[in-house]
Amino acid sequence: MEGILKAKEPFRFSTRLHLSELTGLRAINLEQLLNLIKEVPGSSIYHHTHRFLQQHHFFSPEPPNDFAYWVTEMLGENELGERLVSIDTMQFSRIHDLRAAIVKTIEDYLNEDPSSRLRFTRQGEEFHFIKSVSFVIPTKYVANDLGDFIEILRKITIDSIYFHIFEARLRLERETNDFSNWIETSLEDKELADQLAALDPYTRTLEDLRSAIIEMVEKRIFSQ
Amino acid sequence: MIKLENYIPIVGQSVIDDLRLIAERLRGKTVQHVNSTAVGGGVAEILSRMVPLLQELGVETIWDVIKGGEQFFGVTKKFHNALHARPVEITKRDFEVFIETGQNNIADLEICGDIVFVHDPQPIMLVKKKKENKWLWRCHVDVSEPNEEVWNFLMEFIIRYDSAVFSAPDFSRKLPIRQFLIAPSIDPLSDKNKDLPQETIDAVLQKYQIPKDKPIITQISRFDRLKDPIGVLDAYKEVRKYIKCQLVLAGGGASDDPEGAAVYSEVKEKAKGDSNIHILLLPQNDIEINALQRASTVIIQKSLREGFGLTVAEALWKSKPVVASNIGGIPLQIKHKYSGLLCHSVQGAAFAIKQFLNSPAYAKKLGENGREHIRNNFLITRHLREYMLLFLSLYHKEDVVYL
Repeated sequence: MEGILKAKEPFRFSTRLHLSELTGLRAINLEQLLNLIKEVPGSSIYHHTHRFLQQHHFFSPEPPNDFAYWVTEMLGENELGERLVSIDTMQFSRIHDLRAAIVKTIEDYLNEDPSSRLRFTRQGEEFHFIKSVSFVIPTKYVANDLGDFIEILRKITIDSIYFHIFEARLRLERETNDFSNWIETSLEDKELADQLAALDPYTRTLEDLRSAIIEMVEKRIFSQ
Repeated sequence: MIKLENYIPIVGQSVIDDLRLIAERLRGKTVQHVNSTAVGGGVAEILSRMVPLLQELGVETIWDVIKGGEQFFGVTKKFHNALHARPVEITKRDFEVFIETGQNNIADLEICGDIVFVHDPQPIMLVKKKKENKWLWRCHVDVSEPNEEVWNFLMEFIIRYDSAVFSAPDFSRKLPIRQFLIAPSIDPLSDKNKDLPQETIDAVLQKYQIPKDKPIITQISRFDRLKDPIGVLDAYKEVRKYIKCQLVLAGGGASDDPEGAAVYSEVKEKAKGDSNIHILLLPQNDIEINALQRASTVIIQKSLREGFGLTVAEALWKSKPVVASNIGGIPLQIKHKYSGLLCHSVQGAAFAIKQFLNSPAYAKKLGENGREHIRNNFLITRHLREYMLLFLSLYHKEDVVYL
């Protein structure tokens, strides 16, 4: 890979590990769920819309988000569950906007079907609000060009890829993912940066996402 | 001596690398665990495995056990039952006994940790010694519907801690301190969970005169009413009407559980006359427990209350089909019809056991799924990672922490 373009600034990979913090808040029906979604911290909305992603790479059949799972399985509101599953998380770069979309979906449903207010869960099946506490730790891996970048991508933990793709963009509100940002600003390769930014990471497992990024960058290197 | 590198073939190199990365951030801190028993019960078991691994990671860790007499442990057993919403009369004298022993331990136990990690209600009063250091209270019991008198008594101490830790979301309540969700774990390399040669398994069956000619249904647990051994006997009798099988009820007793002997006698009495029922008192023989689990066709855990139910994780790790009550931490380990079968009653347990015995392919598939679920979520390496993050959280209040 001689002649590969050196980056103006190196890219240091970080990893992200998390703890689940209990809030003690619980809902037994849709109205309570809605009211609490409006008031819980953004880190709780983040937890319940992203928890599945890190479990998904193990191929467990986890539901796409906790709100959709609960209204479907515990309240029997299948249609609302489907609407909540279908919210396009990719279009939001702020938790605030994602929260607003979830709130509007539930409010619309409650207005269309007032009888849904009458459904309650049984004891032990309440929705428990949990927050994600993230710990971001720099790793020893530093990329100076796309060659380094791809080699590190092959061996870095899935938590690191998760951090730079999901957490950086939505939770830290960085507009785009870290990889795209570095490729655009330090390697001045806007085309590749845009390609990476356009990947929908929510519809694949993290291992598939790793493969897709590697493939995209490899193609770029060989085309240079 | 088990080393961290021994876990690499099971969980992968990157998981161990992460542990080392976090541990570096805890250099210079001493963690002091305190609980009520050095052997017997899930807490002692987890600590005995975890303390050496934390030390290998460079996190200075010590483990102390409080002292208490028969009377004190009689009271704490009552507290335990009351927190599990069992009807039990707690007298003024009980609280006095608890406080007296608590004061003695406050006087006798030296606190030297930068982080003091107190497990369960028995040593909870030690928090009165809190100074500049950080204190954590780890609740291993199901407190989803606690006796309010006991809970309120404990709350006086809980609120003095920096954070509390619970095993399942159901157990959390509104508290004025931070509270975290951390499930316990099993150690795949311990005597209780490591692979065993068939000869060892056969030798244990021979020792206890358990023939291999009929399917074996097993519940491994302390002889404790909350584990519902009588309910297991009833479920077995239902199954036995249709399928020839045998039942093994096996377990030891924790040194802080004075009720065990009475329950054991009651179970023996009820099983009298049926040679297919094997009631085994196995004080701390992990290899034998392991062998019995591996020899079993179906494993049951029909508890009425459960802090977490580590015996379920142990059984799933051995790829066994498991029937277990839908309570406490068990639904975190078993997704119904995916990694085991959940039940709510004796009849439900009997029906699920019959399903497994009559459909071996289905039983095998659920057992295999169960093993993967445990590998990904309930092994000691995940537990170590979360405990170290918990320690770090004591020094960082924000939701995104840059280290």
